[in-house]
Amino acid sequence: MIDKKHIGYEFLPVTVPVEEGRLKFLAKTLGETGDIYTNPDAAIAAGLPGLLAPPTFAFMLEIDALDLVAFMSLLGESLEKLLHGEENFKYFAPIYSGDKITVCKKITDIIDKKEGTLQFVISENTFTNQAGEIVAETRTNYVFNHK
Amino acid sequence: MKIPSFDSLKVGEEIPALITPPVTRHTLALYCGASGDHNPIHVDIDFAKSSGLDDVIAHGMLSTGYLARMITNWVPQSALRSWKNRFTAMTHIGDIVTCTGKITEKFEEGGEKLVRLELQTNTAQAQTIIAEAVVALE
Repeated sequence: MIDKKHIGYEFLPVTVPVEEGRLKFLAKTLGETGDIYTNPDAAIAAGLPGLLAPPTFAFMLEIDALDLVAFMSLLGESLEKLLHGEENFKYFAPIYSGDKITVCKKITDIIDKKEGTLQFVISENTFTNQAGEIVAETRTNYVFNHK
Repeated sequence: MKIPSFDSLKVGEEIPALITPPVTRHTLALYCGASGDHNPIHVDIDFAKSSGLDDVIAHGMLSTGYLARMITNWVPQSALRSWKNRFTAMTHIGDIVTCTGKITEKFEEGGEKLVRLELQTNTAQAQTIIAEAVVALE
C-alpha cells in the first residue's frame, strides 16, 4: 500500500530542451505528416519559431522530467503494478522546437479503490517556457494494481 | 485546412474519424524511443509476462496521440483548450485503433465560443479511451 504521507510531495523542477529531431521522430511515430510538425523550414515559412509540438507532448516532457525508478522507490512500489489511468491537459500557449520547458510536478492525492486493491496516485504538473509563460498544465492518474 | 465555423456545427454531429494501421511491435519500439516512455511493459515481453500479461501492451498515450491527430486534422491545434483522457482498456499488438468524436455541447465562456466533444478510441475488442475535449472556434 502506498503511504498517504506522499500527498503534497513536490519533485524538484526539471528543465527540458525541446529538440527538433525529437519532434520529427515523434511525428513519424504517430503518423503525423503535417508540415508544421515535420518540416522546420515550412514551420518557419508559416510564421512559427520552430516545429510545433503535438498536443500530447506535454506528457512526454513530464516523462523526461520524472525518474520513473526513483518515483517507484519513493512510493515503495514496483513498475510491474503501474498502469496509466488518466491524462488531462489544459493548453495556454504552444510549445515549439528550441523551447526550454521547466516541469514542476506535485503529488496532489492518493486514493484507495476497491478496498485498496487499486490505488490512484494523482499528480499535477505545470509547464513553463523560457519566457516564464505557463504553456500547459496536466493532471496524471497513475494506477497501482495490488492484486 | 477549412476550419469549421462555430455557427455551422450542430450538437450530435460527428467529426471526421481516424483509423490507424494495426499496432505492431515496431510501432511500440518507435513510440518508446520518441515519447521517452521507456516502461518495459510496452516493449519487453518477458517483463510483460512478469506483470501477469500474455504479451506487451500498447502505450495508452499512443492512442491519445492518434486522437490528437484526429482533432488537429479537423481544427488547428491552437483551437484546443483542454482535453481529458481516461484509459478504459488495454490496446494489444495487431489492434486497429479507431478514433471517433462527436459534438456534445456548444457554449460561450470567457468571451470565447467553445465546442465540447466526446471522443473515443476503440479496438475490435473494447473501448480503450473515453475522452472529452474543448475547442474554441469563431
